[in-house]
Amino acid sequence: MTTTTPNGFVLDNSGRRMVVDPVTRIEGHMRCEVNIDDQKIIRNAVSSGTMWRGLEVILKGRDPRDAWAFCERICGVCTGTHALTSVRAVEDALGITIPENANIIRNMMQATLWAHDHLVHFYHLHALDWVDVLGALKADPKATSALAQSISPWPNASPGYFRDVQNRLKKFVASGQLGPFMNGYWGNPAYKLPPEANLMAVTHYLEALDFQREIVKIHTVFGGKNPHPNWLVGGVASAINLDGPMAAGAPVNMVQLNLVSSIIDRTIEFIDQVYLPDLLAIGSFYKDWLYGGGLSGHNVLAYGDFPDRANDYGPDNLLIPRGAIVNGNLKEVLDVDLRDLEQVQEFVDHSWYRYPNENEGLHPWEGITDPNFKLGPNSKGTKTDIQQLDEGAKYSWIKAPRWRGHAMEVGPLSRFTIGYARGIAEFKDPVDKVLTDLGLPFEALFSTLGRTAARGLEASWAAHKLRYFHDKLMANLKSGDLSTANIQKWEPSSWPKEAKGVGFAEAPRGALGHWVHIRDARIEAYQAVVPTTWNGSPRDPAGNIGAFEASLLNTPMADPEQPVEILRTLHSFDPCLACSTHIMGPGGEELTKVQVR
Amino acid sequence: MPETETFYGVLRAQGVTRRSFLKFCSLTAAALGLGPDYVGQIAYAMETKPRIPVLWMHGLECTCCSESFIRSGHPLAKDVILKMISLDYDDTLMASAGYQAEAILDEIPKKYPGEYILAVEGNPPLNEDGMYCIVGGKPFVEKLKSVAANAKAVIAWGACASWGCVQAAHPNPTAATPIDKVITDKPIIKVPGCPPIAEVMTGVITYMLTFGRIPDLDGRGRPLMFYSQRIHDKCYRRPHFDAGEYVESWDDQGAREGYCLYKMGCKGPTTYNACSTVRWNGGVSFPIQSGHGCIGCSEEGFWDNGPFYSRLSDVHGFGIEANADKIGGVAAGVVGAGVAVHAGVSAVMRARNKSHKGDASGSDQSTEKDKGHKGDQQ
Repeated sequence: MTTTTPNGFVLDNSGRRMVVDPVTRIEGHMRCEVNIDDQKIIRNAVSSGTMWRGLEVILKGRDPRDAWAFCERICGVCTGTHALTSVRAVEDALGITIPENANIIRNMMQATLWAHDHLVHFYHLHALDWVDVLGALKADPKATSALAQSISPWPNASPGYFRDVQNRLKKFVASGQLGPFMNGYWGNPAYKLPPEANLMAVTHYLEALDFQREIVKIHTVFGGKNPHPNWLVGGVASAINLDGPMAAGAPVNMVQLNLVSSIIDRTIEFIDQVYLPDLLAIGSFYKDWLYGGGLSGHNVLAYGDFPDRANDYGPDNLLIPRGAIVNGNLKEVLDVDLRDLEQVQEFVDHSWYRYPNENEGLHPWEGITDPNFKLGPNSKGTKTDIQQLDEGAKYSWIKAPRWRGHAMEVGPLSRFTIGYARGIAEFKDPVDKVLTDLGLPFEALFSTLGRTAARGLEASWAAHKLRYFHDKLMANLKSGDLSTANIQKWEPSSWPKEAKGVGFAEAPRGALGHWVHIRDARIEAYQAVVPTTWNGSPRDPAGNIGAFEASLLNTPMADPEQPVEILRTLHSFDPCLACSTHIMGPGGEELTKVQVR
Repeated sequence: MPETETFYGVLRAQGVTRRSFLKFCSLTAAALGLGPDYVGQIAYAMETKPRIPVLWMHGLECTCCSESFIRSGHPLAKDVILKMISLDYDDTLMASAGYQAEAILDEIPKKYPGEYILAVEGNPPLNEDGMYCIVGGKPFVEKLKSVAANAKAVIAWGACASWGCVQAAHPNPTAATPIDKVITDKPIIKVPGCPPIAEVMTGVITYMLTFGRIPDLDGRGRPLMFYSQRIHDKCYRRPHFDAGEYVESWDDQGAREGYCLYKMGCKGPTTYNACSTVRWNGGVSFPIQSGHGCIGCSEEGFWDNGPFYSRLSDVHGFGIEANADKIGGVAAGVVGAGVAVHAGVSAVMRARNKSHKGDASGSDQSTEKDKGHKGDQQ
């Protein structure tokens, strides 16, 4: 049957149904089903979040100063970003301001996460969708060296170096134990790289695996560990001591600041000399494969992040801009207000939850959550052995968030699109340069390839912003300001009896918001609407499809038994499923009914 | 013949020289805290033992354990994954997806019955017939049990698999359950922490590969070599605790001078982990060094032992400092008592472990250990 969704996509579920479960190389658990026509083109797509943990209900009754630690465990891949969003929500609710140094350090923590997470995503979660590992065996190391040296000054590029990696790979494959590469889709015609590009990419897969652990040491300096560094309501816990007699034992001293600075230099170097050149080189072989745009050319959303000065979360102070674009109108970037009950709303009529009226959406401050796991009449299999989902009914543990009723895409491509539309040079110029280098028109940006490219550009942006903020920190310290925490409202006795707040950030995967309601110094209600809730959203009552589903449509598959194209496009969003699933009451009761204003 | 290939054979096949191999063995010995005498033993083990298949499954979790694992500096995660073990299933890293991925969970247990290691990150939820965590259309718990059935040993990565962690915190809406409650007939090595330290994770694996046995465990299933000491006992700020020098509020002079964080709620005195010895991310720091108290993330039920900034479970409008002062004096005494209890329990455990070598179930031992554990926390 063919239908056209209100957001303009044509769906046809009459063709053969394919299931990919689990979708691997993501965070968490996800299932995808598609219908393909006689031409092996995807005509219908169904994405389902298949895990659910209920963290927000666990937060009820806790000390709001502890919330960051619980929230941080929503995700260990984008580690820290939920903690940052949580301390911002609590500070917003309680009217707590933070010192400049704390704002700078938090921004460095967040930029560190972006640089790290994007790098690991590209090489370790996404690259195998573009790179044929076994294809690297056929490469000529000399030609690989010539290729590498033609695109980058990165020094590890001699013929001997690539020959060595190739020899190891040969012996590894000859051992018969392929480990994580077992049952991969090697040799599938969807892989387009010449052997030399494959060898270069496999080599950098290994180099990036070694290097990524350096980047996170910035988290370790300021937060004590990574993953899951520590945070603090009111600032940061890493006090600074530069020249006292006890400085050597202080959290932040000259040695640690120098370590951070050196890591920043190496991070910039690695991203600009390895990641970006690889991205362009790989992209140049896939510029005819411009599928996967989905919602991106139409509806994109960003909350913004990286407040330049402390305590000002207004759009003019955010280095990553805030805004929404709808219906592809890049001439107008709309204002976004997370407190407006009409803007962000969540629907559940296709999610495994229950609302009194499932035709309506609810703002997170008014959110009701009540689990309701049941399969639709057209599903196949049993409750505990699902063969096929029924997308006409409930089919996902992810809710369907909408902005003023629109399904939206979030993430690096959305952020760059909004920055581009606002005419900000540090977003517009690199996008234009990539498109020019690849000889592609502007519209090509709205594709799987464009999404992957935007992430790389953003990794570079973040690495350079690390330098900016480190310089800023040193300048502030030079001025004599050592303050890292504001304790005026640390004690619960200083808090209002009741307060509510919203915190936001841009996680590597996209816009992230936490809404908190505090009563009698305890969390009364807590809701998180996360990037993969937006991108992985199921259908809504009006029939709009979400970003994952929209992006898969009309993609031809080389071999439907090998879902390379599906993985490629889904991975371009960097899905995080542990993040995206929601709250419930243990007895299914209403937990979070809050009247606001 | 991959089944019979040795670790050393693979290294040799990949062009690693004997000299590099021995150097690797000595680094491994150092990483495990073993003396040079062990280098030969490690080399011998690696020359004669096959690469062990590892199936790494994910339940309800946040993937912080996988992220921590790839942070390992010695050995590098790259070398563990590609040279030491055969990481045949790990949904976070593996190339294949869908039924090609699922097929591996059927094939490996058949091909290597009793020879593969099952590593579990996260835990199974039991409510809603297990359908709060669905893999391949089926409850995760079902797959977990089926893959565990033929495993040689099971590693419980992190607080989720070991104790339940955050999703099992009150009221545990999904009935998220530690894996030793659903896998009851296999040795289980618990490597708690949220996440565990990278080098602790690779240290546990390397120990097992090297010596062909699971490490000595305490009564609760944790490797003694990493979880026998409290963070407090080896904390570089311990002299300030003993001298009564405390951080009294965030960013005060004491905070800048690295005083003890006990009054800020530090759980170091009740937390068994290697953070203050091994430290994090290549020895750069650990939570206390970076100015925040330990939140006790390797302890069972630590989420419900808070709040993190107070020793009291409930704060009725008192200031945090008042609480800390009030409790501090009493708690210092309790901690002292805890040390004595702990020392006694440790001695008992050591004695028992001699007769229970490699026995991870230890249900008869947990009661006694629990006493010491709880005594520490009062």
